[in-house]
Amino acid sequence: MRKLSVWIPAITMAVAMVLVACGDDGDDGAAPSEADQTAGDTDTAESDDAEEPTPEAVEPETTVRLLTHDSFSVSDGLFDQFTLDTGIDVEVVKGGDAGELVSRAILTAGEPEADVMFGVDNTFLQRALDAELFEPYRSGVLDSIPDEFELDPDNQVTPIDYGDVCVNYWRSEVDGEVPTSIDDLAQPEYAAQFVTMDPEASSPGFAFLLATIAKYGEDGWQDYWRQVADGGVAVTSGWSDAYYGEFIPGGGDKAIVTSYATSPVAEMIFATVDYDEPPTGVLTDGCFRQIEFAGVLAGTDNPEAAGALIDFMVGPEFQADIPLNMFVFPVNESVPVPDAFDQWATTVENPLTLDPIEIEANRSRWTEEWAEIVLR
Amino acid sequence: MGRDRAPVTTASRTPGLNPWVVRVAGLLAAGFITAMVVWPLVAVLRRSLTGVGPSRIGEILTRSSTADVVVFTVMQALASTAVTLIIGLPVAYVVAKLAFNGRSVLRAAVIVPFVLPTVVVAAAIKATLDSAADAPLFAIIYAHVFFNLAVVVRVVGGYWSQLDSRQVEAARMLGASPWQAWRTITLRQLRPVLFGSGLLVFLFCFTSYGVIRVLGGVRTATLETEIHRYAIARAEFDVAAVLAALQLLVVLTLAWLSARFQRRYTVVGNRPRRLHRPTSGFDRLLITGSTLTVAVVQGLPVMAMVGQSVRVGDGFGLDHYRGLFDRVDVLPVSAAEAVANSILFAVGATVVAVTVGLAAAVAIHRGDGVGRWLEAFALVPLGVSAVTLGFGYLVAFTVLDLRESIWLVPVAHAVVGLPFVIAATVPALRSIGRRIREAAAVLGASPAMVWRTIDWPVARRGMLTGAGFSAAVSLGEFGATSFLARGEDSFTAPLAIFRLLSTPGQQLRGQALALSVVLGLMVAVLAAVVERNRGDGATLL
Repeated sequence: MRKLSVWIPAITMAVAMVLVACGDDGDDGAAPSEADQTAGDTDTAESDDAEEPTPEAVEPETTVRLLTHDSFSVSDGLFDQFTLDTGIDVEVVKGGDAGELVSRAILTAGEPEADVMFGVDNTFLQRALDAELFEPYRSGVLDSIPDEFELDPDNQVTPIDYGDVCVNYWRSEVDGEVPTSIDDLAQPEYAAQFVTMDPEASSPGFAFLLATIAKYGEDGWQDYWRQVADGGVAVTSGWSDAYYGEFIPGGGDKAIVTSYATSPVAEMIFATVDYDEPPTGVLTDGCFRQIEFAGVLAGTDNPEAAGALIDFMVGPEFQADIPLNMFVFPVNESVPVPDAFDQWATTVENPLTLDPIEIEANRSRWTEEWAEIVLR
Repeated sequence: MGRDRAPVTTASRTPGLNPWVVRVAGLLAAGFITAMVVWPLVAVLRRSLTGVGPSRIGEILTRSSTADVVVFTVMQALASTAVTLIIGLPVAYVVAKLAFNGRSVLRAAVIVPFVLPTVVVAAAIKATLDSAADAPLFAIIYAHVFFNLAVVVRVVGGYWSQLDSRQVEAARMLGASPWQAWRTITLRQLRPVLFGSGLLVFLFCFTSYGVIRVLGGVRTATLETEIHRYAIARAEFDVAAVLAALQLLVVLTLAWLSARFQRRYTVVGNRPRRLHRPTSGFDRLLITGSTLTVAVVQGLPVMAMVGQSVRVGDGFGLDHYRGLFDRVDVLPVSAAEAVANSILFAVGATVVAVTVGLAAAVAIHRGDGVGRWLEAFALVPLGVSAVTLGFGYLVAFTVLDLRESIWLVPVAHAVVGLPFVIAATVPALRSIGRRIREAAAVLGASPAMVWRTIDWPVARRGMLTGAGFSAAVSLGEFGATSFLARGEDSFTAPLAIFRLLSTPGQQLRGQALALSVVLGLMVAVLAAVVERNRGDGATLL
């Protein structure tokens, strides 16, 4: 009896696990998604060989590993068609946020933990290039991509998606008129309602600092931030702490926050009440454009497969899958964006940007100056 | 009486397990720690410091900011530990010694915060404490007490429940006041486990990341946050490595000191006592006080979390809990599947931690060179940054594609759970008097039988406490997991919570809170089940 009792915790856990697994199966059965149907096709290929390739063709010949950031997400079964066509299986490896990704790639340079890295953005691009993380690869599909996204003349990286970091405000909670420009944040009544993130610790925080440098100039941004700081801006270390801590939806009292141009779309899709329009608005004059790239990691023993994966990622199927999973836009302009984006995303006419070389050269100085002005 | 000095040198001569078995156990545990802790740390430090001259290292070490950071890190951790011990001690007494309604609920509730994700809790604490922004140090200490109270209550309580109380009774009969008896006898008897559990709490606070980031404000820097900053935001790996080495130095020094103190102050003699009903007004006061403390310190933020998890739009409902079974687009799998992964890993991690922990405990108890090495190095994973260890695995485990193994996650969890198994088992083993083993041997018991009938029943309770913590550590672990989890098969619940909180939308936030509550419930159930199987005083309930 006593011996048996030791096993009770293990058994309880096992039972809990089975329950969880069952609940999930039941759910899958109730609402099959489109992606499940794709997988189903593969399963029934034997009885349906007129239309689909034989099961043998599905057997992957090689595996390509994709190192990417935690925000990476695709629809179920997205890579199935790629595997069918090329015989290459895709293994996704999550490696933290964009900064973490570059750091781990630098530390493991020469013995990379993957064949392709996706998720380095233009704010970290130069650091990755300086560390010679990538092998040149020019995708044949690149021609359908606007030149403005091709920041690396040596083709070490291929642009995949872009998004804009913009200031958002909660329409119904702003005290006074809703702001119309990031200039307004220099006024105390708006600065006091504003929460942003430490540029050194947070990717959107840094992007917004870059937006102000691009907008007000190398000699003007300090004054702008001095006014924002004097007005009582709040600063957190991460986006989550700001958006779900200080900003309205987390129960906070700040009505203005640094986030993304697509955040209002997410607010609509994942809303718990029926909104007629997104509860948040976007200040479009101070948006910094982030472009995310993929590259073949130097030292891979599978460069062909790596190249094939990059082709697939710039191709229409992957590009069309991007918006609803990662809330950024595909670089391939021939790909239609989902209705939700057409309807609710704010178009940023003139996004701000800076040269990656300039960003890397000045990163530490800018964040230190910013800290002295804002965090005093 | 039952009091003699720690059996450091005498243990080898006392009857017990076959020395060869002990030796093999020690080498097994040492091999595990070498492979999973020492090697990765050496690899990442070497990689980061290659080509870095002594003058550069000297420059980093002598920066005034380095000294400030070290001092602040140690001070906040010391303060947090002291407050946790002071608040935890009466609670430990109450749950270890007294029989009252709600005792097992209190014991189970105390451990819930241990698995809760810091992002969620820190926000809840910030909301609970209006003054968090004005007094960051207070908020940090509050959060550290919130998370670590369980360590003191359960590790100290487990030991306390087995203390021999005859000396206290004798002292009282001879006219000592309860306070005198407690101070001169019980407190002395508790010293080894106070050092042990205090060190665990200290190390947790020493390397705490999320709490410092969210509650400390952007300006507050500890060694942990600075290592993160230099390794990730700035990619200045040499600075990060020097700070990591400093961290390691502090941990090893403290582990060594604690081991010495524990050995020196071990008081032999244990005699498990049944719980007694509260006899004095003071006992009843302690029960009320402990319950209130736990309800306020731990209950308030948890209740805030539960309340928000059932908030749907303008009303209330369980939508967010039902939503856990649907995969939302921002997650690679449904939250429920992430929970299943977490449970699987927790089982694996616990099995590994308990196996290696018991082997280590036997060797540490024996007290030879391997044992002493183990006693210090087993604590290292708690006291070094998850960034350092995580990068260490990536740099070191290039052979045999080990870093791609899905087993790396539960084994890394086990590495962090190991110190708990050791801390809960070793003091108990040491408290067994040499004479009782000798008597058994004289009466004809074989070494194996001595172990089975004398050591094992004592070790088993400690092991169960340690196993509970290992499972809890695994269920709640975020830092190392985020480095090592690769695909959807290793996507755990804490990763899901973090991910859900990275995209706007009330559904996602609601699900993150609901998932946190589920994690808390799971560990409460686990604790209650372990509780029933410890067998101490269950008859009185």
